[in-house]
Amino acid sequence: MQRFSALSLFRHGLGRHQGWKPQWRQASPKPTYDAIIVGGGGHGLGAAYYLAKVHGIRNVAVLEKGWIGGGNTGRNTTIIRSNYLFDESARLYDHAVKMWEGLSKELNYNVMFSQRGVMMLAHNVHDIQSFKRHIHANRINGVDNEWLTPEAAKAYCPPLNIDPKVRYPVLGAALQRRGGTARHDAVAWGYARAADALGVDIIENCEVTGIRRDASGAVSGVETTRGLIASRRIGVSAAGHSSVIMDMAGVRLPLESYPLQALVSEPVKPVFPCVVMSNTIHAYMSQSDKGELVIGAGTDVYTSYTQRGGLHIATHTLEAICELFPQFRRMRMLRNWGGIVDVTPDRSPIIAKTPVPGLYINCGWGTGGFKATPGAAHLFAHTIARDEPHPINASFTMERFRDGFMIDEAAAAAVAH
Amino acid sequence: MLIIDCPYCGARPELEFSYGGQAHIARPQHPADLCDEDWNGYLYVRDNPKGVHAERWRHIHGCARFFNALRDTRTDHFLATYKVGEPAPKVSRP
Amino acid sequence: MTSSFRTASGGRVDRDRPVNFTFDGKAYVGLHGDTLASALLANGVHLVGRSFKYHRPRGIVGSGADEPNALVGVRRDAARYTPNLLATQVELYDGLAAVSQNRYPSLEYDCMAVNDTLLGRFIPAGFYYKTFMWPKGAWDKLYEPRIRKAAGLGVAPTAPDPDVYTQRYAHADILVIGAGPAGIAAAQQAAASGARVILADDRPAMGGSLLAAADTTVDGEDARAWLRGSLAALAALSNVTMLPRTIAFGYYPHNWIGLAEKLTDHLPYPASGQPRERLWQVRARQVVIAAGSIERPLVFPDNDRPGIMLADAARTYLQEYGVMVGRKAVIVAAHDSAYRVAHELRAAGIEIAAIVDIRSPVPAAQSARDAGLRVLCDAKVEGTRGRLRVSAITITADGKRETLACDTVLMAGGFTPSVHLFSQSRGKLVWDEAIQAYLPGESGEAERSAGACRGRFALSEALADGAEAGRSAARDAGFSPMDLPIPSAQGARACGGGGHIGAVPTGADLSRAKAFVDWQNDVTARDIALAAREGFLSIEHVKRYTTTGMATDQGKLSNINALGIVSNVTGRSIPEIGLTTFRAPYTPVTFGTLAGKARGDLFDPMRVTAIHDWAAEHGAVFEDVGNWKRARYFPRHGEDMHAAVGRECLQVRNQVGIFDASTLGKIEVVGPDAAEFMNRFYVNAWLKLGVGRCRYGVLLREDGFVLDDGVVGRLAPDRFHVTTTTGGAARVLAMMEDYLQTEWSDLKVWLTSTTEQWSVIAVQGPKARAVLAPLVTGIDLSAEAFPHMSIADAQICGVPMRLMRVSFTGELGFEVNVPSGHGRMVWEAIWECGRSNGMLAYGTETMHVLRAEKGFIIIGQETDGTVTPDDAGLGWAIGKAKPDFVGKRSLARPAMIAPDRKQLVGLLTHDAATVLEEGAQITDPLDPRAAIGHVTSAYHSVALGRSIALALVRGGRARMGHTLHVPMPDGAITAEVVQPVFLDPEGARIHV
Repeated sequence: MQRFSALSLFRHGLGRHQGWKPQWRQASPKPTYDAIIVGGGGHGLGAAYYLAKVHGIRNVAVLEKGWIGGGNTGRNTTIIRSNYLFDESARLYDHAVKMWEGLSKELNYNVMFSQRGVMMLAHNVHDIQSFKRHIHANRINGVDNEWLTPEAAKAYCPPLNIDPKVRYPVLGAALQRRGGTARHDAVAWGYARAADALGVDIIENCEVTGIRRDASGAVSGVETTRGLIASRRIGVSAAGHSSVIMDMAGVRLPLESYPLQALVSEPVKPVFPCVVMSNTIHAYMSQSDKGELVIGAGTDVYTSYTQRGGLHIATHTLEAICELFPQFRRMRMLRNWGGIVDVTPDRSPIIAKTPVPGLYINCGWGTGGFKATPGAAHLFAHTIARDEPHPINASFTMERFRDGFMIDEAAAAAVAH
Repeated sequence: MLIIDCPYCGARPELEFSYGGQAHIARPQHPADLCDEDWNGYLYVRDNPKGVHAERWRHIHGCARFFNALRDTRTDHFLATYKVGEPAPKVSRP
Repeated sequence: MTSSFRTASGGRVDRDRPVNFTFDGKAYVGLHGDTLASALLANGVHLVGRSFKYHRPRGIVGSGADEPNALVGVRRDAARYTPNLLATQVELYDGLAAVSQNRYPSLEYDCMAVNDTLLGRFIPAGFYYKTFMWPKGAWDKLYEPRIRKAAGLGVAPTAPDPDVYTQRYAHADILVIGAGPAGIAAAQQAAASGARVILADDRPAMGGSLLAAADTTVDGEDARAWLRGSLAALAALSNVTMLPRTIAFGYYPHNWIGLAEKLTDHLPYPASGQPRERLWQVRARQVVIAAGSIERPLVFPDNDRPGIMLADAARTYLQEYGVMVGRKAVIVAAHDSAYRVAHELRAAGIEIAAIVDIRSPVPAAQSARDAGLRVLCDAKVEGTRGRLRVSAITITADGKRETLACDTVLMAGGFTPSVHLFSQSRGKLVWDEAIQAYLPGESGEAERSAGACRGRFALSEALADGAEAGRSAARDAGFSPMDLPIPSAQGARACGGGGHIGAVPTGADLSRAKAFVDWQNDVTARDIALAAREGFLSIEHVKRYTTTGMATDQGKLSNINALGIVSNVTGRSIPEIGLTTFRAPYTPVTFGTLAGKARGDLFDPMRVTAIHDWAAEHGAVFEDVGNWKRARYFPRHGEDMHAAVGRECLQVRNQVGIFDASTLGKIEVVGPDAAEFMNRFYVNAWLKLGVGRCRYGVLLREDGFVLDDGVVGRLAPDRFHVTTTTGGAARVLAMMEDYLQTEWSDLKVWLTSTTEQWSVIAVQGPKARAVLAPLVTGIDLSAEAFPHMSIADAQICGVPMRLMRVSFTGELGFEVNVPSGHGRMVWEAIWECGRSNGMLAYGTETMHVLRAEKGFIIIGQETDGTVTPDDAGLGWAIGKAKPDFVGKRSLARPAMIAPDRKQLVGLLTHDAATVLEEGAQITDPLDPRAAIGHVTSAYHSVALGRSIALALVRGGRARMGHTLHVPMPDGAITAEVVQPVFLDPEGARIHV
């Protein structure tokens, strides 16, 4: 692997950049692999990387039906945080945040992890109670999260409007300083390059059309648009398409796939220093390094695979943004797009073995998959390599729904009285 | 915003409706007789198909009635809507 | 020397109306009808901006929405500053003040241009992925702030926008997008059928390419005269809505189209309160997209200097605005349209130094030569010169290298059909090898494209295509098209498809030269080649790695050339490489326009009770609960909440209080099977509940967790009055309807929401009966006749009343339900009667304390969607004999019966004065690192003279008497686990 550094950039600059090699090979499928990852997003590429790096399983293929990073990895609003309520979630997401902190060095690829802070606004008494509960729970779990008065919130994010006379005034905020954003595409490319260097085949334009199982019921390979590929271990990391892939192995999931929209403004000079989220009025925003205001919208109400949603979802989001930040009304929406998020009944993911031997699943991240990328990839690789979960993901099984062991972050934030 | 053809009221915009998830999942007559696995299937497991989806809608800001629809989740185009209790119409599945 | 580049006549500007404006503080004069761009060009100003990365001087390239360079800020006043507007779209008005962006200190001398001259070779596409990684953590502390500062274009406005925005919903039988020749022809045909037609165009003047069609006649008259007549005729039709200045920006599912109409930005003095823009959301039966085409620039070294622009833009400036873009032009031609431009510009007095055609000789070249123009064929373009304005172009033709002095270079690369909206509608694009363009294929919606946007470039073709589209759209919308004749055009020089895609032939080393593909984002041919070299082969990867096509123009000029370069570098055909997704919006749309009127009080509906105004008049402090405003407490004489709540609590316990409980959800469940329905739905047993009696009901989700609660009264064998939580009302009713309609259609039950019908006035306290008795008729309030948990219909103050004897305070209590219209009257009557009994009004905070003293839970505070009835201490409510109810089966799952579930307990801090913090975690002293629960409610109880708390604690009921820790940042607080009922556990105070 060609090392990336200021020096190498300078040296190649002298050579007019003619010497750069492909960051990953355009691999063609081999007949057989020790492990196959279905889905070339950050989670799948990362899992392949950790299989090779941590577990020494290098004969691995990542099968991507389009181009790597083209799903939710390249469509999300890149928010990273770990201030989740329940112990299992906090451990899971904080595992990821810790890995984010070293990821650029680990991959020798600048993923631009920027710990600019994630601030969640409280607009009513229930929000305050809920956020304080999170803060106390996070403190015990070693996850940073602090309560800010409206004035302190404004000091941290000067564009914030803390006028108490508005429809939903800001009554305070929970701030995770270690939270922030990263460059989404770079995560996919960085993992792809690093995995490729360890021997992983990254195979684009290769759609899985079937999963083969042997007489014992265990997986034996996949059928693809580029032919049959054999493997005794298959990890599915296909986000919105998880149900479609797992259906090929006869495994039915507690999942529904919904459109989730996001949008950006035209780029402007730095004006917005952190990530601000308001669950109560359904808006969240940050500013990218390029200068665009990056805004997350809600999900549409119906399941869909179209990667688009209705205009009313975007307008509703901008109503909220304009209410919180009336100075941005003259800003303009540059791009609006949709992804497909796979949602479980308790809004927490599944990273687990399945009833089919050799088949593993990483799905159900809903709107929160990007932030977990390195952690989820690391744990998924562990689960595949050892055929048993890591302690951190041991709770995130499919069976928890059957048994009632929910990890319900959404319900815990439910609206009250 | 989708246009949804309520079988009772006719075509109306999506904002008049609420979505009810997958259709034709009957609540078991005797839940106590189900094992945990089967109850899990009723409670949580969904087809989530990429293609024709039989789903429930409710014309909540209209006649307030539930009805079922076939929608292609690849295009969001409706193929049919029909009343609760009626079987899903046969459509040519593209 | 103003307007020295204005022709003596021509164009649609008003030469009698000069308009004063400033650019970067310097005063200029333009004409009414100008855009900022045309006015600047008329003044000889090309330099209008600096590029994003290299800060290279940049001029105006285009004449419309495709402009990549001429981004300006426009300031009307301190609060009305808009960044990143296209000078080509800004209409000139008297007093317009525009400024350039992204330069320091000035447009002419920009320090950051060092990025171009010195650093350029070291900061290729994606350089930031390869560096800034050392030392660890330095990215966001050290490098990123500098990069952020350098990035961005304009400056965001800082003051709240005082302008208002408006919205309209519209239905159209046929929406025609684009009022060029095809669109107008379509609208004519569609309108003739009687269909309701909306014709929208983004420019202030409709007509598209007809506006510049100086060389053409339509149906025998001057094309521009025909245009005027046609537009006037359309405007006169009652079934046609004409929307100029209106861009169709987004095509959403089921023929739902978003359009943004500009209303005041072109006016010097908009009327106060006049909306600035209007969002149209149109549901169309049929759509005709007649979006036209966009001229392609040519990719050659240093093709970005001010004065280098699109050839057809130069023609537009001449024909529409009477503006000469220079004195001496070189036209680089890859398409025959160059010759039309050359002839027209020369006729206007612009010297054409040469037409540099990169193609082999074409017939048009010969006729140009015959007309005395210099034409060089099979040419290569080697580069250009000129710092703030192009001064020369170097080319090679016939083996001879030559530098041509000029002040303008025009690029004629051919035309790319605007398929953006078609693609947004999920229509399939098909590569047309003959035209060398992606064209609309199979539609995804009720839509058809017409004219240049589907490769019908020639005027006569576009008119015919538009007419046919209008007819077929009318037919498909259910109308009978008339047989209007199809307009025919004469004289127009045919400009078909073809042209050039990708980098033009050059002898220069493209690994050294900067040949721009995406002007605004500073993406060059060598960047695209680098991306391909580094393995970014999918066009989406190329786009994301180089950022080509991601600028504010969204690749209108750059996308196809980028494809061409990738194709060239990789040896794969353009269709093999694919196409990036076209995303809404077509052009940027103002946030305020999308948000519309939803601001302030209109942002979200506010629900208030009939008693709200009374509470406000009596000094209530309100809290938001969902959409409701609820009185939280009634401070007196500057009391804080703590003092007010203490006083209110004491008064209720000792005397009597009045509380507005109107926000509680209320549902009437009626029908012969009402009791059976309730029995299946709630956990409780209902069949034996007597008429006139109430019961506390608990509702689960099907997964077994507590969803809602409330008192339910039985009014008749077939009639229940169900109350829900304030936030749960809609949810519970929807869930009831769901089960009733889809699972239990055997039950004869009707549900009615009565939340808004009843005002609910809670009168609580030892003197509650004394207060109410004088006011009610038709009911005996005595303990014997109307015991706790009774319900009856009677009268109060002469109006109907539904009275419930219930208590959420632990005191003798009544809830008076009266029709909302009488709510305030009855409230005031009770208030008058109560004052002599020491009554005060209390709010939700006091209600919370009083109920906590009694251990009553609040849904959403003691429960959080993970709590079972048993967890919450409500196991007693479950009808044990019932074989089934919603949620019952789930309660038998392993996790739900685990012994270490969190259970509701009381907590008493060892220090009675310490009030725990709600949400604080609880640990076992033996293991301080693991939380075993949390505090759900905590208050100071005046009645008990100490603090109290409710908590959910793992295995809590087995920990009675144990000491637990509540760790806080400054140390753990110790507390004892107790029963969760602190006051009057026997209920003696209620049953009086």
